Amino acid sequence: MRIRKELFADERRDDFREVGVGRQRADALGHVTARSQYYDDRRIAGMLHMKLVRSPHHHARIRAIDMSAAERLPGVKRIITAKDVPNNLYTVLALINVGIPDEPALAFDKVRYKGEPIVAVVADSERAACEAVARVRVDYDPLAAVFDVEDALKSGAPLVNEYHGRNTFNYEGRDHQRVRFGDVERAFAQADHVIEERYQMSPIEHAPTEPQGCIAVPADDHRITCYTNTQALFFSLDVTAMILKVSPDKLHFIGGTVGGGFGGKVDTLVEPLCILGAMLTNRPVRLAFSREEEMQAGPPRGAERIFIKDGVMKDGRIVARYMRIYEDSGAYSRLSPYGAVKAAAHCPGPYSIPNVFCDAYCVYTNRTPSTAMRGFGVTASDFAIEVQMDKLARLVGMNPFEFRILNAYRDGDTKAHRKKTEGAALIECVLAAADLANVPIADSYRTMSSRQGGGAAPGAMPATPPARPQPGVQRPAAGDRLASIFGERRR
Amino acid sequence: MQTPVQFRLNDEERAEFVDSGARLLGLLRDKVGVTSPKSGCQQGTCGCCTVLIDGAPYLSCLVLAETCAGKSIETVEGLAKGTAYHPLQLAFMEHFAAQCGYCTSGMLMAAKALLDRNANPTRADVIDAICGNVCRCTGYQPIIEAILAAAKRGVARTA
Amino acid sequence: MAKRRGRGMAAVNYPTGMNLGGDPSQALVHATPGGKFMVSLSSIDLGQGMKSVVRQICAEALGVPSDEVHVDTADSDTGPHCMGSFASRGTHRVGNAVIMAANEARAVLIEAAAEKLEVNAADLVTDGKGNIHVRGAPGRAISVRDAAIAAQFEQGRTIAGRGIFLVPRSYPDMETGAMEPSTCYAHACVVADVEVDDETGEVVVLSIKSAYEVGRAINPKMVEQQLVGGTWMGMSHALYETTEPYYPDRSHAPRDFNEYLMPGPGDICDVDLVVLERPAPDGPYGAKGIGEMCATPPIPAIANAIFDAVGVRVDEMPFTPEKVLRGIKALRAR
Repeated sequence: MRIRKELFADERRDDFREVGVGRQRADALGHVTARSQYYDDRRIAGMLHMKLVRSPHHHARIRAIDMSAAERLPGVKRIITAKDVPNNLYTVLALINVGIPDEPALAFDKVRYKGEPIVAVVADSERAACEAVARVRVDYDPLAAVFDVEDALKSGAPLVNEYHGRNTFNYEGRDHQRVRFGDVERAFAQADHVIEERYQMSPIEHAPTEPQGCIAVPADDHRITCYTNTQALFFSLDVTAMILKVSPDKLHFIGGTVGGGFGGKVDTLVEPLCILGAMLTNRPVRLAFSREEEMQAGPPRGAERIFIKDGVMKDGRIVARYMRIYEDSGAYSRLSPYGAVKAAAHCPGPYSIPNVFCDAYCVYTNRTPSTAMRGFGVTASDFAIEVQMDKLARLVGMNPFEFRILNAYRDGDTKAHRKKTEGAALIECVLAAADLANVPIADSYRTMSSRQGGGAAPGAMPATPPARPQPGVQRPAAGDRLASIFGERRR
Repeated sequence: MQTPVQFRLNDEERAEFVDSGARLLGLLRDKVGVTSPKSGCQQGTCGCCTVLIDGAPYLSCLVLAETCAGKSIETVEGLAKGTAYHPLQLAFMEHFAAQCGYCTSGMLMAAKALLDRNANPTRADVIDAICGNVCRCTGYQPIIEAILAAAKRGVARTA
Repeated sequence: MAKRRGRGMAAVNYPTGMNLGGDPSQALVHATPGGKFMVSLSSIDLGQGMKSVVRQICAEALGVPSDEVHVDTADSDTGPHCMGSFASRGTHRVGNAVIMAANEARAVLIEAAAEKLEVNAADLVTDGKGNIHVRGAPGRAISVRDAAIAAQFEQGRTIAGRGIFLVPRSYPDMETGAMEPSTCYAHACVVADVEVDDETGEVVVLSIKSAYEVGRAINPKMVEQQLVGGTWMGMSHALYETTEPYYPDRSHAPRDFNEYLMPGPGDICDVDLVVLERPAPDGPYGAKGIGEMCATPPIPAIANAIFDAVGVRVDEMPFTPEKVLRGIKALRAR
């Protein structure tokens, strides 16, 4: 890996003693000697084990729960249902005052996704807990389920989450988060080419090698200590306090060394029930997801369906971008309402486009609730945007690198969110990558930069497309630039 | 009904009582207190629990503890000799081959099994040796480089 | 009946921190009696290297060697509040909090040294090796250790500091979407070269060449770890991963690593990296967050490379052999 120190050198000091040095990691020795202590690398005397009864149905009413056979099993200490949870209905985003309580810690009247937890069993061994789980009998009335985000929005679709009253999150009276900048319809009418495409990302599992879990231990001071692999210590502590209706200072969370997270260890799915188990039995309790639970009951990256419609001029300038984003939240909100806003915030990508329209929906379906994952609100959009950019570049016959540079945002440009662009560096990255890949770039593009006025800079964006190309920028004939980039690569 | 099992662990004699059906992973972590082998899947698909039994790599989550009678088991805890770290440990540090560290124990033991029988592995040999160990963080390249570097440095040491 | 090569690229940016801000982190720094330093946090290291990066940032701000700084995390009793490790916020938010705390601690340290040396605090500098001396006169010096001992046992000072960093929360205009998602953005451009087997639809990534703009590489070796690992995950997302292969149909859901496919060590490619640094004005030494950005651009770069190779647009992730092959057959049928 090389650092191109000469770029932006005038904006930096490079004379630090520690910063910029490739020092050995603080945890390197711990990792190679197995002295790094993960939450589960401790055994506490008298520890009990919790396992969860999960719904086999995507959507069903719960008619009855029969725990008698499970209760009789030797080794079973306590069986916990919804009525044992002090504040069973919650939403994690309540901590930042977003959303409404829409998810039960343990289901009571309905299950809304396959894998939803209904009963928690605490036993003196994992084996006894698993056997007890198998003996809990739940009677269900299956209900019609909806799995497709656009189907979920149609009238007559099964209602996934009654707390929302419809299958979309309510953004202050609207069913979507919006961005409105300029006038896309007018720009489309004046554009030389208009294309509309559809993109789809299916759910993706975080798959950290360490599954989520925690150990809750009654402490010496009427508090509970919880060893956990959460990615957000106080966030999880506060969610737990909210669900268990205890003062947060009653909880002592210890963690900090986690075997991978990637966003999947924020939802706080183990601590509340595990700590409740410890409180009710007055014994240490461990709750750890199996790999199968991690894969299918634990939250995935939410699927997204994205429609992008772009208007582009013959000279390569994108004059309008319309994006409609459907984020598949699954059965409950979790972090998805925030994710849809982040998706709206990310559009139209790092480009100065004078007319931008975005509607981002957070949609409920009968699947495992989704959550943040590396690139939350962005990954699907970047997939869609950058494939779209490739389509546009080929449509106008431009080298894809030069096409990016032409449309790239520059310092001083007004973004679709009405903020001034600062600290842009897309152009420099594109040029640096082109150099690395030996891609020829025309001189007129090589001299462009992200800094204010840095070559063919769009500057203050007009609301309508320009009448003619900007002076000073070469416009290649359709097709020839493309051939010279990729010619040597084709057979 | 518990069965007594005697075995060697990192060159020391051990004796434990195990439940029938108990796995070696649980025996090591819960009874003996050796926590280097990690629980990643409990079904033999991730490699985080890899230990050596009589020099060969095994997924300890699938090994019945009872079958370890008379065997010699090696884990990460036995790699260092006093203050002398194993060349693999040094190489993993030098090559930044660990991020979250959860797969590292399994990787080290799989790599040790390789280098103990093949002091001069090719890149393909290394890949073959670790292809049963999932890493979600590093992208594998630093791990491969570390193992090749450790081989170059030489694993032959005074006992 | 051929293996066809293609090249694709993608260019992206990525916001640092929780969208719209409002995500504080705090840090506490104090000197031990022997003149070493402890940083108390409740921040999480999930492998991205929080503990390591904090140590270096704190050492830089204090003016001491990084191996004389220890990071204690995460304990909710002793570590002050941190929002958590997500949204590429860690280095930026926690780093800034640490600098603030370290600056306060450093000021007390320098005052203690100034009193011992009987000079003005403004005339003192740290040498980064454990000593404090008069600027331009390295002979007039005191060790950090001695200054710490004097502070505690002679002068009655606490060499300690508190820090917090908070980007005030922005609220979107519900009509226009006007909002401030982030105070700084990192950038990337990825070029992917692939080979597509036009009989099986299998895609092999031959190489990935990338340029990343990261604000400031606090620890270049760890930045490289992140970029290489993220590139792998991006490739994995692009070609292999899904919990619902027939989304929105929920059937055939993978339950374990046998069924949930990811590239193994034999499936990786050469990764060439170039890093640029355009410091964020509000970043710790200019650093931006990059932990998520590195996993994103390989996906469209690979999609575009597949099109370049065989003329097939796979607009649905992951780009499995089945989807590619269906596309190839559809082209031939025209």
